[in-house]
Amino acid sequence: MATVSMTVNGKSVSGEVEPRTLLVQFIREQLHLTGTHVGCDTSQCGACVVHVNGDSVKSCTMLAVQADGSDVTTIEGLANGDTLHPMQEAFRDNHGLQCGFCTPGMVMSAVDLLKKNPKPSEGEIREWLEGNICRCTGYHNIVKAVQQAAQA
Amino acid sequence: MYEFEHHKPASVADAASAMKGADDGKLLAGGQTMIPTLKQRLASPSDLVDLGGIAELKGISVSGGTVTIGAMTNHAAVAASADIKSALPALAELADHIGDAQVRNRGTIGGSVANNDPAADYPAACLALGATIHTSQRDIAADDFFTGLFETALEEDEIITKISFPVANKAAYVKFPNPASRYALVGVFVADGPAGTRVAVTGAGQDGVFRVPEMESALSGNFSADAIANVKVSADNLNADIHASADYRAHLITVMAKRAVAKI
Repeated sequence: MATVSMTVNGKSVSGEVEPRTLLVQFIREQLHLTGTHVGCDTSQCGACVVHVNGDSVKSCTMLAVQADGSDVTTIEGLANGDTLHPMQEAFRDNHGLQCGFCTPGMVMSAVDLLKKNPKPSEGEIREWLEGNICRCTGYHNIVKAVQQAAQA
Repeated sequence: MYEFEHHKPASVADAASAMKGADDGKLLAGGQTMIPTLKQRLASPSDLVDLGGIAELKGISVSGGTVTIGAMTNHAAVAASADIKSALPALAELADHIGDAQVRNRGTIGGSVANNDPAADYPAACLALGATIHTSQRDIAADDFFTGLFETALEEDEIITKISFPVANKAAYVKFPNPASRYALVGVFVADGPAGTRVAVTGAGQDGVFRVPEMESALSGNFSADAIANVKVSADNLNADIHASADYRAHLITVMAKRAVAKI
């Protein structure tokens, strides 16, 4: 077993994990933050996207021990109390979800995009979201949501 | 995933000794291939030596006509580097189209080159530009480095520390990506620089990345898309799978090479 310590959504946390524990398992099963989803478990669908030291990553393709000492933000860390993050608000305004399973990853990925490219074109948004799959095929409204958030 | 011991050394020397001390150790770079491989139980190392804590393996420098990239530098950093965009824009653009944004935030150049996946992008750049792979033990020319499918000249316990690319006056990379994985079905890197006129192909060869001498000699006299338009690449020894037949890949090589030359 290994001890890992990290900051998750602004709070210091630590836990005992096996080295083979994935970051997403640590987040969901030990921290009980179940907003981060596991979809494909093969690094493709992006439902598990969180931020590690400010960059979006697939938490199913990172070991918890690799995140030791990192600053992690999950979907639960975006809203400020009852006030949604502008990206969450934009997804709600534009009906940027149908079943909602991919939404946490879509939102976390899109937030990272606007941090690096505050005024993306529609093409740049679509290209950035290549690593996030929506099985309801709701991409059109997702892209509209990101465009609205970029204007906020 | 099978169990393993995890080590996080702070220096290359410590990483090398951790590897020596392990029964069946593997190096962990960004993990974007390694972790999926472990999850599928396709590998069962006794120990993983995590290079993520070694500061000396990160960073980008451009000087004296050479771009040098630390092995643990991720694809996003290469894609965003103003120095690389100015000195060798084809390399930054290549990095910007590896996998997806999240893979680029974790995956590293050293991991990609050491893995030598037959559909990876960086091996084509290394071969076309005549890069040098620097390791914990020696310097290896790209020409001698890629030895076969997932095979390289690296010895057990040898660790890539950085990769240096001579700046070429002409360089471009074009790939036909698999629409799901973004791996190259065929990717062609063309360059005219200190290593000569070179055309390197990834994604297509059964033995991994390879050069196309007929295209190189055609381009040496006349660096234009027309010069290679009639060069046919044999489908022998090319990959065939559900995504593309060997004949289709052979056809794509000429198309991608022409597009790459036309981009310059």
